[in-house]
Amino acid sequence: MPAKTLYDKIWDAHVVSTEPDGTCLLYIDRHLVHEVTSAQAFEGLRINQRKVRRPELTLAVVDHNVPTTDRSKGIDDPDSKLQIDTLRDNTEEFGVEYYNEQDIRQGIVHVIGPEQGFTLPGTTVVCGDSHTATHGAFGALAHGIGTSEVEHVLASQTLLQNKSKNMLVNVTGKLAPGITAKDLTLAIIATTGTAGGTGHVIEYSGEAIRTLSMEGRMTLCNMAIEGGARAGMVAPDEITFAYLKGRPKSPKGDDWDNAVEYWKTLHSDEGAHFDTVIEIDATTIAPIVTWGTSPEDAIAITENVPDPKNFQDEHKQSAAKRSLEYMGLTAGTPLTEIKIDKVFIGSCTNSRIEDLREVAKIVEGNKTAAHVNAMVVPGSGLVKAQAEKEGIAEILIQAGFDWREPGCSMCLGMNPDRLQPGERCASTSNRNFEGRQGSGGRTHLMSPAMAAAAAITGRLTDIRTLQKTEAPV
Amino acid sequence: MRALKELTGVAAPMPMINVDTDMIIPKQYLKTIKRTGLGKGLFHEMRYNKDGSDNEDFVLNKEAYREAKILITGDNFGCGSSREHAAWAIEDFGIRCVIAPSFSDIFYNNAFKNGMLLIRLPQDQIDDLTEQAEYGANAQFSIDLETQTVTAPDGKTHRFEIDEFRKHCLLNGLDEIALTLDKDASISSFEQSKNNEHRWLTPAG
Repeated sequence: MPAKTLYDKIWDAHVVSTEPDGTCLLYIDRHLVHEVTSAQAFEGLRINQRKVRRPELTLAVVDHNVPTTDRSKGIDDPDSKLQIDTLRDNTEEFGVEYYNEQDIRQGIVHVIGPEQGFTLPGTTVVCGDSHTATHGAFGALAHGIGTSEVEHVLASQTLLQNKSKNMLVNVTGKLAPGITAKDLTLAIIATTGTAGGTGHVIEYSGEAIRTLSMEGRMTLCNMAIEGGARAGMVAPDEITFAYLKGRPKSPKGDDWDNAVEYWKTLHSDEGAHFDTVIEIDATTIAPIVTWGTSPEDAIAITENVPDPKNFQDEHKQSAAKRSLEYMGLTAGTPLTEIKIDKVFIGSCTNSRIEDLREVAKIVEGNKTAAHVNAMVVPGSGLVKAQAEKEGIAEILIQAGFDWREPGCSMCLGMNPDRLQPGERCASTSNRNFEGRQGSGGRTHLMSPAMAAAAAITGRLTDIRTLQKTEAPV
Repeated sequence: MRALKELTGVAAPMPMINVDTDMIIPKQYLKTIKRTGLGKGLFHEMRYNKDGSDNEDFVLNKEAYREAKILITGDNFGCGSSREHAAWAIEDFGIRCVIAPSFSDIFYNNAFKNGMLLIRLPQDQIDDLTEQAEYGANAQFSIDLETQTVTAPDGKTHRFEIDEFRKHCLLNGLDEIALTLDKDASISSFEQSKNNEHRWLTPAG
């Protein structure tokens, strides 16, 4: 048997048939559905009188449009309401399980899949959302799809796919104290560029990855798409199994034992071929923030805003110039002098319990800066309840944070949570694109710890200096 | 799906890298439950002024390019969100072909499902085509999917690569879901053997 990568193994185990040119029909084990990218797909089924092939492999939740304030009285925005009602009606009509905005299991689709044990190692997972890469943290082959493909999966439980290339990102050494999976994933994108992963599936390996919690691995894989990769994945191990055991949709009894036995075979074989290999030294990574409007515009907090003239290629120069103009920044300014207006802690990248614990540790006993409006949006109703039980919510509220209901919120501003033109935000989300968090809004991506530090000082802050001088003992 | 064999028309030059799908169609257009009518939102932030009037400097607002059928752009076009609304908006505007050095994977798939043709060419050829596209309405480009060629206004042809299966579907306007459902027997037998081997694959609860 030739040596295979983790991706090769999962791919091979899901090929139903192959076209002469190599295009494969791939079986899909798990399909997550939300309100924004599914309505047209269900409509397509209805027009063609097709059914959902295996409704039990599909799980639907509302997340993008929901307000993060009290929703017991219904949803004001008529377009959002229509989209949400449409998902409810479609899931009823086609027999798909659905968590509505009142359900404690409701939350961001990429938080609730793992939380419910719906996401499992060795499975293929798709969703009409690019951040489906998140689920790769479990050693699943997980990627985003468009609405036409959502319809294809609903109807046939398969997708037409071309196999991607294998990329290995090997992260040696350990992350320094205060440095998180978010810094690591941004550092990787800064190395590869936003198109560096195009046409590849990334496997993350090495000491720094093996010691990451499941939450950290999810943050890491979540942003594989920002590096252009089709998917990112981490081979499952005891940390994975411990996270999954006992979750509502995880296997039970003998099925669990059989599953674990199989999952233990899911790793790249010695000598397996990778088309591209990237080596990263974890010990050199500092806290990272973005300065521009592409996730690859990521540098250490100790640096200055770069000068477009120093970019080699003319296309990058003009992109950097446009970014600085949009961001209202001047080349040469130390990043730590950049004042912020808002803080957003949330999104499918960083809204899990571990992220909130991290934030609470930093803000405990502190207050948010007077000019800063800071909000925390938990990833799910269950994360919210857990944070309330652990006293995290109380700490955040005392510090002046706005404690919200779960959803995608200001990561993309489809609900009322948006930046105003010119407002500058320290954000734990995944995209700093122009207008992403609100038209004219300026986003700096960073870890939850760094966003918490920025909330306290009112400017971009090196978490390592805050720990020394400003945080309470 | 609409078939596409040949396409002749003006090409709008947009030499920007990393044009993301938020830029192609921003969030306020994602609340629709329809596929149609998104052309008006295409490139919203760049295309319209704050008061809603046209930004005359934006390429698609220039007289020569209002009817453009082709877009020539930079590396990593369509990156970011998986929203198929980006492909729907471009197609609804009237552009059926985008030429760039590279595209994001998801956008690439989405576009083909909507009868669009995406062409990858090396940066030096893109630079050459962009320059010619800047001549405006007199610069006609012709694309032939059968022969996999772009003929530029200067008469030079540029060959591009495309997967056979994708080409076949687009040339014939085939419904991929119907094609797949014809394989129902293979899917069922795959399912059965998988479930026998790995019972845990069916979610508990």
